[in-house]
Amino acid sequence: MSIQVQNIHKAFGDFIALDNLTLDFPSGELVALLGPSGCGKTTLLRVIAGLEQADSGRVLLDGDDASDTHVRERQVGFVFQHYALFRHMTVFDNVAFGLRMKPRSIRPSEAEIKRKVHELLQLVQLDWLADRFPAQLSGGQRQRIALARALAVEPRVLLLDEPFGALDAKVRKELRRWLRRLHDELHITSIFVTHDQEEALEVADRVVLMNHGRVEQIGSPAEVYQQPATPFVYGFLGAANRFEGHSSAGGIAIGNATLTAEQNGQHGEVIAFVRPHELDIVRHEFGHGIPARISRVLTLGALTRVELEGRDDVAGQHFDVELPASHPLAGSLIAGEPVRLQPRSVRVFANPETAGAA
Amino acid sequence: MAAITANLYAQHDRAALLESRQATREARWVKYTILGVALTFFAIFLLLPLAVVFAEALAKGWHTYLDALVEPDALSAVKLTLLAAVISVPLNLVFGVAAAWAITRFDFRGKQLLITLIDLPFSVSPVVAGLIYVLVFSSHGWIGPWLLEHDIKVIFAVPGIVLATVFVTVPFVARELIPLLQAQGREEEEAAVVLGARGWQVFWHVTLPNVRWALLYGVILSNARAMGEFGAVSVVSGHIRGETNTLPLHVEILYNEYQFAAAFAVASLLALLALVTLAVKSWIEWRAAQAHD
Repeated sequence: MSIQVQNIHKAFGDFIALDNLTLDFPSGELVALLGPSGCGKTTLLRVIAGLEQADSGRVLLDGDDASDTHVRERQVGFVFQHYALFRHMTVFDNVAFGLRMKPRSIRPSEAEIKRKVHELLQLVQLDWLADRFPAQLSGGQRQRIALARALAVEPRVLLLDEPFGALDAKVRKELRRWLRRLHDELHITSIFVTHDQEEALEVADRVVLMNHGRVEQIGSPAEVYQQPATPFVYGFLGAANRFEGHSSAGGIAIGNATLTAEQNGQHGEVIAFVRPHELDIVRHEFGHGIPARISRVLTLGALTRVELEGRDDVAGQHFDVELPASHPLAGSLIAGEPVRLQPRSVRVFANPETAGAA
Repeated sequence: MAAITANLYAQHDRAALLESRQATREARWVKYTILGVALTFFAIFLLLPLAVVFAEALAKGWHTYLDALVEPDALSAVKLTLLAAVISVPLNLVFGVAAAWAITRFDFRGKQLLITLIDLPFSVSPVVAGLIYVLVFSSHGWIGPWLLEHDIKVIFAVPGIVLATVFVTVPFVARELIPLLQAQGREEEEAAVVLGARGWQVFWHVTLPNVRWALLYGVILSNARAMGEFGAVSVVSGHIRGETNTLPLHVEILYNEYQFAAAFAVASLLALLALVTLAVKSWIEWRAAQAHD
């Protein structure tokens, strides 16, 4: 089922959580709402679920205006960050809850409920835990039970609020893959909220990047990573070195240094981003490139990470460079050595703070 | 309270942990001095009086003891005490749940006032509570003349005693529930609503089971207070033998009449009630701690 959000506005006191937001979630996709904390992504999810009321705007479920429909009639499945399992009920009773709460006329028989609950527990591969209590389960198991519980009422959409946020890194990775496989089996329209860019890029069909209650970019994981539409997106997705400078026919100048001599179509004050693996270290104290000094060299597996500090015009700034550990320079760089940085690839945006327009 | 009692059990483990570490272990003499002071105090001021009550009650033999309990005035006092408890405890149950629910789940003007009012019976002397009812309901009071016209007796009658008992027991249930409901937050209830549960279903299947031990704990304490209350009830009772005497008042009358054995026999009933309350309370704490593991 498709979800449309039209001109949704929501403020908490002076804080604007959702700023006139309009979005389309096509049927059957797994979409990630990605952004830093406080960007409004959880509020948007709760507005779609009906747990939060928007100040203005509409939520359409399957084309029908659901703005005035109560949560319990919206037929959404909701998974909470902290599981919200009923702690006094067994796993079985938790999953059966939604079915048992149905009005008597449409409530399935106890035998039917039993069959269905076991089917769902098998789907989340935890059938053997049916008689346990939530407190006896690990975090990953709890979240899978929470998912089974949400699926029991056959929701039209599945909404997940930072579903893996409370789990440790390893379990998180496993559950991500598992969620992706589950979605490929069920094809239920799903939205999940996360602040972890790796999680969003790995799991979702589409990523919606949010900041300050607005959408910054929508696209496939590859699109948003490779063609970030705004400085915010570039900075948020993956590590990036940020340079503020002036763009002209002669390239980009930062103070007296030249970042790149290439033309980039922008004129005036700009922000330039360079990924750590696209920045070269040149062993000259003077000449082309950005002046810097090596502060630390760290080799982890196949990668050597070099941390640098700016000199002269860029003093006080920090930069990161990544080299293959097999690179000729990797073994010989010494902390304290003055070098220059030359980018192989630069992504340039007009500077919104000084240019006036984004 | 369930959270607090669970904490008590956790503290037991923590104390063992602290003792097992050299860095936090105290010298033996420190440990036993502190323990000695605490136990001596406990023995002199709590255990000894309790023992005296039973010893005095049985000083003149079982026969006198039983006679004092089955005597009509004593039986009437037992009945009145039970009646006051049977009316005030359910009232407090309903009021306590409603007040705790309102305070933790709704935003409204005067919330702080309600919280303060719930504590009022703790902070005001019970005698003052009794006097308030006398001032309002007695024949010289505000609505006394009206009551007299309609032949309704409140002061120096059973209704007055029930009112005074309700007043002094108001805080117990609400005070147990408020911190627990606050700590639990709304997520489980939200989950239930999303799954299609209606308001009363959420309350019955999710909220209530989560606070059941704290609720029971509040009821037990409120019951103990209802049966043991002296001050407020004494003011409104009028001490009419066989009619408006509760157990504590009956004890006082017997004692003033130098019937010591009888006084202590009736008092031993109240002491037994206290022991039963303590036993049930410990059992609830144990269950609550289990429910939290």
